[in-house]
Amino acid sequence: MKYYDKLIFELSKTGRRGYTLPACKWEDGLDGIPENLKRNHAPELPEVSEPDTVRHYVNLSNMNFGVDTGFYPLGSCTMKYNPRINEEMASHPGFSGLHPLQPAETVRGAMELYRILSDALCAVTGMSAFTLNPFAGAHGELTGLMIMRQYHFSKGDTKRTKIIVPDSAHGTNPASAAVCGLEVVQVKSTANGTVDVNDLKPLLDDTVAGIMMTNPNTLGLFESEISEIADLVHAAGGLLYYDGANMNALLGKVRPGDMGFDIMHLNLHKTFSTPHGGGGPGAGPVGVAGFLREYLPYPSVGADVSGGYTWAKGSHTAGRISGFHGNFGVLIKAYAYILMLGRQNVKNAGPYAVLAANYIKESLKDCYKLPIGSVCKHEFVFDGLADAPEGVTTLDVAKRLLDYGFHAPTIYFPLLFHQSIMIEPTETESVETLDAFIEAMRKIAGEAAENPEILKSAPHNTPVSRPDETQAAVHPILKYRRQS
Amino acid sequence: MSKIADGLLYSESHEWVKMENGIATVGITDFAQKSMGNIVYVDMPEPDDEVSQNEEFGAVESVKAASDLYSPVSGVVTEVNEALDDEPGLLNKDAYANWIIKVKISEPAELETLMDAAAYTDFLAKEA
Repeated sequence: MKYYDKLIFELSKTGRRGYTLPACKWEDGLDGIPENLKRNHAPELPEVSEPDTVRHYVNLSNMNFGVDTGFYPLGSCTMKYNPRINEEMASHPGFSGLHPLQPAETVRGAMELYRILSDALCAVTGMSAFTLNPFAGAHGELTGLMIMRQYHFSKGDTKRTKIIVPDSAHGTNPASAAVCGLEVVQVKSTANGTVDVNDLKPLLDDTVAGIMMTNPNTLGLFESEISEIADLVHAAGGLLYYDGANMNALLGKVRPGDMGFDIMHLNLHKTFSTPHGGGGPGAGPVGVAGFLREYLPYPSVGADVSGGYTWAKGSHTAGRISGFHGNFGVLIKAYAYILMLGRQNVKNAGPYAVLAANYIKESLKDCYKLPIGSVCKHEFVFDGLADAPEGVTTLDVAKRLLDYGFHAPTIYFPLLFHQSIMIEPTETESVETLDAFIEAMRKIAGEAAENPEILKSAPHNTPVSRPDETQAAVHPILKYRRQS
Repeated sequence: MSKIADGLLYSESHEWVKMENGIATVGITDFAQKSMGNIVYVDMPEPDDEVSQNEEFGAVESVKAASDLYSPVSGVVTEVNEALDDEPGLLNKDAYANWIIKVKISEPAELETLMDAAAYTDFLAKEA
């Protein structure tokens, strides 16, 4: 691979152009702008030709590793393949050309899609209504907690300010609760890795707003006592929040609504195959049980008298959490995925994801430490190498895996173990890919015993070897400054 | 193996205490720094702040995780180790030579609740 790390500003040559703007038809257009807000000199934009620009971005993209280039078993992230038909649907000019401020009567197709996607998400989750407005999973969590808080407040129950979060939870759970102004209380896990009901009971009093749970949890284990937990929390006057990060394991099989959850979010960029982060924005729709419908954020899409659609606002709404209606392109992609799978195949995603995870777990448990050996769901956690020579860590295993052409799994999470390696293969991988990954992991375990230095100094085959993470964190260089 | 220094007192949350003339010097143990990995930031209180035993007094952030610091003693902070502002990695270099805060203790009886080196060695053996 050709090493390439230039910034586009470094390609800039004064006066070079790839495009010429038409002559300005107006006066300078600066009338009425106060003197101190006017530019004194032209903005320093890169000056490059079209081929320079195209090569720059293609070369940069070649440096990238993504789900389009290889296996990406990043635990808790559900890095499933992003089907191309999703992109085709989202780039349809009838959708991509819309402006969010267009009058409702000119965007009825988009509003209809919003409604039928909401209905589809209700069907697979057992919820009563969804807002599609939140922009990502953590944004969904915040939205859900705002709904929870608003529900208690509107009943005059202002002392419910505590949120219970298991010690295995995603870090976003306590963070979202804190942002929402709620106090976080941790509940412990049992030795089997699920929520300790006996530790939960004494926490339940009249100051509890609710509990946030992920099921299956971050260890890939189904919280089998969820019914009892739901009864206990409800009896104490609290609500149950479902973090949908791991919904892929249950899709089409088990519904959070049936487990007793009142509020939940889904990560469309995980379970519903839309791209993650750098590959495209996320979406974190929030669903609620019937008694919370009126608390959803606005704007939502309601029915108008003539059988069409209108923008609506619930009577107890938790407020506005986005300017418009979410990352609409992502919603189109998720809907395309749902239609592509259909009612029959949507039930297959979870079982195949679970099968793939158990296949890897069973194939590697003799060379990696498996703290909890029961059947996992869509992901599982090793606690490092079974026989780690002094000084060889999970980080070294992860770095060495890059040399074999795989993205590293999630490491050092969950925090329950010191050397966590969290693996989630998803249903989209073939058995050949899983076997190749297993073989690489076995080779690395062998190398750790015979030649630990090759792990300590890995990666050897990537454009960048080990960055100095401490320096990068302590003295990050965040701004480009032109060399004079 | 993690180093354990003789003559210090230890807490279950992996802080160490060195007592001299009613002043407790407090740091984190070698086990703590190894578990954290490369430390990039230490959040410390200000001199004259009050701290209480087993209550949070700051945090350590590494490339892996962020972890709260729990005070092994109660009292008033007399000094903080400002060298850690510029070079938090000192805790990785030598966790016992580089302290975090000094506290004028108000409850000497609390020291009885801490472990000596031998007890901490046993405690670590059970933890790991």
